[in-house]
Amino acid sequence: MASRPTAPAPRPLSPHLTIWKWRVHMAVSIVHRVTGHALAFGAVVIFAWWLAALASGPEYYRFFQDVVFSPLGVIVGFGLTWAMFQHMGSGLRHFIMDAGEGYDLVTSRRMAQGAFVFGATATLAFWAYILLGKGL
Amino acid sequence: MAEFSLPPNSVIKGNGKAYPAPAGATRTKSFKIYRWNPDDGQNPRYDTYALDLDATGPMVLDALIKIKNEVDPTLTFRRSCREGICGSCSMNIDGANTLACTKPIEEVKGEVVITPLPHMEVIKDLVPDFKHFYAQYASIKPWLQTVTPAPSGEERIQSPEEREKLDGLYECILCACCSTACPSYWWNSDKFLGPAILLQAYRWLADSRDEMTGERLDALEDPFRVYRCHTIMNCANVCPKGLNPAKAIAEIKLMMLERAG
Repeated sequence: MASRPTAPAPRPLSPHLTIWKWRVHMAVSIVHRVTGHALAFGAVVIFAWWLAALASGPEYYRFFQDVVFSPLGVIVGFGLTWAMFQHMGSGLRHFIMDAGEGYDLVTSRRMAQGAFVFGATATLAFWAYILLGKGL
Repeated sequence: MAEFSLPPNSVIKGNGKAYPAPAGATRTKSFKIYRWNPDDGQNPRYDTYALDLDATGPMVLDALIKIKNEVDPTLTFRRSCREGICGSCSMNIDGANTLACTKPIEEVKGEVVITPLPHMEVIKDLVPDFKHFYAQYASIKPWLQTVTPAPSGEERIQSPEEREKLDGLYECILCACCSTACPSYWWNSDKFLGPAILLQAYRWLADSRDEMTGERLDALEDPFRVYRCHTIMNCANVCPKGLNPAKAIAEIKLMMLERAG
């Protein structure tokens, strides 16, 4: 082969995320990561703030309550409960798969769908209990 | 850290040429195909080819060959057996990796978008560089390794039950559809072996005649080589041979656990 007159152009990387068609088993995996991070950072910060607010006396604790029970606080709380139940559901799926079960295509898809259904249902049930059963 | 966006030279810069369907075609289908030419210094682009389905074979590979023969001879892709056994024509069709030769055109609704196997270096058009993939394959020593002397005058015997353990493993054609479907492999292909190579690794671990099981497991015992598998399951969902690399990886993990006791 004759030598090239100039250096070859650097090769491009073929497209990946932008062309991929997502399906439920891939979505449940990334959602597991995202909710895990939300819990590890978001929920832990709020929990630590709650403890600090408790220790800072009634004045500050009232401020904490005002923020947490404000509409924005309730939305964040709703999101975090969903993150917890969703993470629990997909975590259970990981537990089963780590034991070497549920790898056939139909079962793995059903378990992924199941994790989403569980996450949504448990969150709604939990908040229905809080809002209807007990009142804020 | 994983790089989620494409480097500047890899971004697809819009649509290139559009080739209309031949006059008089009644059943047309549009094929939008990734093009990159190493000689023109341009970014990749999409060219669109409209074909008359009544004059085209049923599979995506038939369409590609028709384009190359009759419309645009510069279109570059790998192909050989056209019956799903050589693994050459693996590519991304309609958002999932598969073999062009076994993918019916009519399974794709609307325009058929074709790109190379994802997150690979492109040599030209639909041809990615497999050098790294093959090096990873060689690293698992994909051959029978023994220490005992071979029985004289006969083969190393395997019972039908032992042979059955290789079903679902030996059929792999190394097309790399699975490995290049795996997001873990996209972000960590330098350290993670990926589904295809791990399925092959398990093929030798599961072989009753192989006598290097311990050494093979030692070589895989590493935070990245096996354990970057997070059971995303893209591998099993795209495998054109219907195999299940994720399951094979789970079996490797179980073998490691059992060995640790």
